[in-house]
Amino acid sequence: MYGKRSRFLTIMLSIGLAFFYIPMILLVIYSFNYSKLVPVWSGWSIRWYEKLLFDSPDVWAAVSLSLKIAFVNATFATLLGTLAALVMVRFGRFKGRTLFGGMLVAPLVMPEVITGLSLLVLFISLKEAIGWPAERGFTTITIAHITFSMAYVAVTVQARLTGVGQTLEEAAADLGAKPFKVLTAITIPQLTPALISGWLLAFTLSLDDLVIASFVTGPGANTLPILIFSRIRLGLRPDINALATIIILFVAICVAIAAILMFRQHRRDLRDQQLAAGEDA
Amino acid sequence: MSDTIGDTTAPSALQRLGRWAQSRWRTIIVVIPFAWLLLFFLAPFFIVAKISVAELAIASPPFTKMIEWTDGGILTIRIVFDNFIYILEDSLYVNTYINSLKISVTCTILCLLLGYPIAYGIVRSGPVAKPLLLFAIILPFWTSFLLRVYAWMGLLADQGTINNLLIAMGVIDEPIRMLYTVFAVYLGIVYTYMPFMILPLYANMEKLDGSLNEAAADLGSRPTNTFFKVTLPLTMPGIIAGSLLVFIPATGEYVIPDLLGGGNVQMIGRVLFNEFSRNTDWPVAAAVAIVLLFLLVLPIILFQYYQGKASEAS
Repeated sequence: MYGKRSRFLTIMLSIGLAFFYIPMILLVIYSFNYSKLVPVWSGWSIRWYEKLLFDSPDVWAAVSLSLKIAFVNATFATLLGTLAALVMVRFGRFKGRTLFGGMLVAPLVMPEVITGLSLLVLFISLKEAIGWPAERGFTTITIAHITFSMAYVAVTVQARLTGVGQTLEEAAADLGAKPFKVLTAITIPQLTPALISGWLLAFTLSLDDLVIASFVTGPGANTLPILIFSRIRLGLRPDINALATIIILFVAICVAIAAILMFRQHRRDLRDQQLAAGEDA
Repeated sequence: MSDTIGDTTAPSALQRLGRWAQSRWRTIIVVIPFAWLLLFFLAPFFIVAKISVAELAIASPPFTKMIEWTDGGILTIRIVFDNFIYILEDSLYVNTYINSLKISVTCTILCLLLGYPIAYGIVRSGPVAKPLLLFAIILPFWTSFLLRVYAWMGLLADQGTINNLLIAMGVIDEPIRMLYTVFAVYLGIVYTYMPFMILPLYANMEKLDGSLNEAAADLGSRPTNTFFKVTLPLTMPGIIAGSLLVFIPATGEYVIPDLLGGGNVQMIGRVLFNEFSRNTDWPVAAAVAIVLLFLLVLPIILFQYYQGKASEAS
């Protein structure tokens, strides 16, 4: 729906965007401040970037752990979330569907402290009962992240599944393809854009999580948010501004790529629809 | 399928597995995510509930067992509600729950009042501006939550950007205390949760039929009247979804009251976290979590209902 945008709406949009971006722009600017005191400006400098790059092994250890967790999490969450979306959209009614659907969307809104606490007590009980997981860290954080990010993937894939409809799947089935073949040859390829954005979403959600990781981590396993949090609790730190700038830049590039991919797919879908409509007429 | 048959006459284990998977694939697809959610999402709540009716003990893990075989081979089941009584009688906990709900309700309303015109403004934009504006709203949503909160610490501190600016302009002589106040917590929650309000509203408004507004105008309705009689009722599903996406997680928020409120703003998420990490009183922490879950169970069910209806409608 397009239409005339009143002056009031334009003003609100401008205020909204300023509200969103001014804090982040200032954060980036102050990362180039020479002074050790973040808000006191004393000239441009890249010393905090140098400190970060050459003199912060703990930061890079945390970055590497976070990226590993995010990668494994995104891959498994995409797999599980896609299966869950297929079940919800294409499998019709089955026993336990309400429970399944409920468990699938609840993590989207569940307060993090509850999810974190409950997963921690699960891991501890499991260790008591079967001796696994022996220690908390990479494995436990990854499992916790998969559990909430698969919900986000499922929502993304569900939207795409209902969007593309079942026409091609039905056509393939009519031409004699077995259900499994339909799934691998038609459904999955149609889902590719949603799978990519779901994967990226799961990846960033994992990189971003502080509370749940703090609960389920063990001694020595510091993810990047845990490390950043422990430092900024004590106040402003210029090297954290530099780190934040790098992260914001990285995320912006990833989101831009994802947006372009989605936009292209959207255009292709529109063209296909127009072609199909033209053939019908 | 013929391509699964190899050169050897006897099928290998892998081929047998493949055939089994092909014949039972539907069941497998349901069972894998279902089992995952049962084990890692549902089961943990029952364990938390179990711990909440235990007592603190010097042991590892630090609470009494619910079911125990005592010396004479007698099975004892021990359930105590002391933790719940302790929480509900202690005005500190009760006030913290009320305070959390007050803050999250206020922030939800603020997000709605600010987010609604922003979402509507995007919907009403031209074909070029629209995707760009949408991108501009989504970008902060993907950027680290923690860093967005940190950005406000730099703005609000006593020696922060806002105070420095106001002092330089001669508006004030002494810095105004903003960081580590309840004001900073409100600001932080509204700032970080706003995209969760805007995106569902946008998705809902995008589907509105513009000709309804034109019809109303043709029949002599003024824009304000049209908004309250046509647009607002039609965007109700978006308002409900967005409000729940802000209200439920904000009630249990930990990071924002901790970083922006310091010790001055008590919210239940922070109490729970501290109860757990500093005091290591697990039974009380578990009881705090159960009471919080009890407060939020109705909004969560409402959210699930609307989420289910939305996915069926599209």
